Amino acid sequence: MVSYLVHRLAGTLPVLLLISFLVFSLIHAAPGDPTLLLLGEETNAADIARAKERWGLDQPLYVQYLKFVRAAAAGDFGKSFKYAEPVINVIKSRLPATIELAVFAIIIASLLAIPLGVWAGAKPNSWIDNLGTTFGLFGISMPSFWLAIMLILLLAGVLNVLPTSGRSTYGVAGPEQTGFYLFDSIMQKNWAAVWDGLTHIFLPALALGMNMLGILMRVTRSSILEVMNEDYVQTARAKGLQEKNVVWRHVTSNALIPVITVVGLELGTLLSGSIIVETVFAWPGSGSLLITALNARDYPLVTGIVMTYTLAFVAINLIIDGLYAVVDPRIRY
Amino acid sequence: MVFMQSLTLESATEKSVVWPRLLPRLHVKAFTGGVIVLLFIIIGIIGPSIAPFDPNKQELTAMMKAPAGIGAPHSLGTDNLGRDILSRVIYGSRVSLLVAFAVVFVSGFIGIALGAISGFFGGKVDFLIQKLVEVVWAFPPLLLGITIMAFLGQGLFNLILALVAQRWIPYCRVVRGQTLSLRNRDFVTAAQCLGASNRQIITRHIIPNLIQTSLVIGTFAMASSIIAEASLSFLGVGVPPEIPTWGTMLADARIYISTAWWLPLFPGLCIFVTVLGINLLGDALRDILDPRLKRSGAKI
Repeated sequence: MVSYLVHRLAGTLPVLLLISFLVFSLIHAAPGDPTLLLLGEETNAADIARAKERWGLDQPLYVQYLKFVRAAAAGDFGKSFKYAEPVINVIKSRLPATIELAVFAIIIASLLAIPLGVWAGAKPNSWIDNLGTTFGLFGISMPSFWLAIMLILLLAGVLNVLPTSGRSTYGVAGPEQTGFYLFDSIMQKNWAAVWDGLTHIFLPALALGMNMLGILMRVTRSSILEVMNEDYVQTARAKGLQEKNVVWRHVTSNALIPVITVVGLELGTLLSGSIIVETVFAWPGSGSLLITALNARDYPLVTGIVMTYTLAFVAINLIIDGLYAVVDPRIRY
Repeated sequence: MVFMQSLTLESATEKSVVWPRLLPRLHVKAFTGGVIVLLFIIIGIIGPSIAPFDPNKQELTAMMKAPAGIGAPHSLGTDNLGRDILSRVIYGSRVSLLVAFAVVFVSGFIGIALGAISGFFGGKVDFLIQKLVEVVWAFPPLLLGITIMAFLGQGLFNLILALVAQRWIPYCRVVRGQTLSLRNRDFVTAAQCLGASNRQIITRHIIPNLIQTSLVIGTFAMASSIIAEASLSFLGVGVPPEIPTWGTMLADARIYISTAWWLPLFPGLCIFVTVLGINLLGDALRDILDPRLKRSGAKI
């Protein structure tokens, strides 16, 4: 297991290097000059030259790239043009919001999708199956940003029950410790802030998780259907076990492997989805930061965020592969 | 023994009971999906002749008109610049249609070709192609599109290119796997013995066997391209703002959510219904053509 993971990690390094090269050159070669965008059109040539020198933009692209790789290997992604702070710090300040949102989206999706999928798969062609399948199809066909807008329109605009932007109401939350508002508030036993945080996170997390919900539900259902035909399920029934026990103990535990894969694969989509959902809900996470950085042509920041997302995506896939062994004892690396 | 037999017999009869129930459901799916997709294609093609107004014509005396119902001049209302929503939605379908088909065909062509080559030849070629697959696949989906669009700039052609960049991968992976097993089949050996060249074997004998699976992948890729096009346009890195698309309409509507519900409702509904139709058709196609894809089909 350990040697397998080390092997996989070693295999990822060249891929990450190639990706960093691709992202770096694409972003740097993109039209639009960060000096003009940040300093304004009326800046004189001397100031622009000075800014270019300070940001290292006066050097050839390959020199810039080599410098970037050398620094990045030591965990330094350079300084953001726009925020004049190390990229790492800027990302660190925004990442908890995105992680909190993603975790909530996964929780909402799994809590609804897995029981629904198991139920639908255990009773094919019943009303619950039809309902679940339709729901799943709606989930995968729904563009997350439209759902986000419609949720705002309905729940916040017409019914006026939930807040539509930001992470918390000003002044309710206590001092920031980890950046995870809900976690911090729970630690500080500030229940008003916990509730406030939950009301803020619910709509964006639902919009973000809907797609995953649909996919999870479909995969769970088809996986359950498949396992239901296995011999050991027949055996379990023949032993006289109640159908409830057969489904939850024998079928579900074996049907969950593809579900885990899908959760892993969908995390990438979730990360991408967060870029849009964060923009709609003015959620101060790293996704909306990416769009801001991109519009300002803040090269180091864009490269930093894209690399962070890619790293996370690759790491998640590794973890998923490791999880297989936990869920299915037959798999040994 | 008798007990076991009765068990298998029972499960056999169970299956035969399920089938007739399953079939009509399949037809409903295929029919509903087919009708939606057909409508989408027809509206996309004949759009200009049925749209009541020029989609970009600004009528400043008729700004922010609420939907007036069928028969009225602006049946779906107008936006903040007095542009007719119905006409814009109809013109928007053209962009989605064009993007969806172009992306599916181009990425299908690239993916099938590379997958077949990769699986058939193996060795170094396979290694290189699979490394490329690994690199592209390591990007979170939308992120690669955003990065490429930042580089290429807004534009319809650029958008198609950015979407193709990642959507050839599913074809390539599935086709490679199938080619690996097809390569050793008797009919390929027979063709080889008859002196067929590698190119002939791939184009005449291998690829025809991959069409069904690719068709299923293509349907799901079409659904995801429509959403991706709308997402990128929504973020302002897709098509230029002067071309009406469902995504740009939603982006424009964002500021007016609280005052004009019809602005975000109709373009979004179009995306949703179209994608739903394509997914329904894809589901039905998959069940009919290639049930093996059932599990992997979830993520294409």
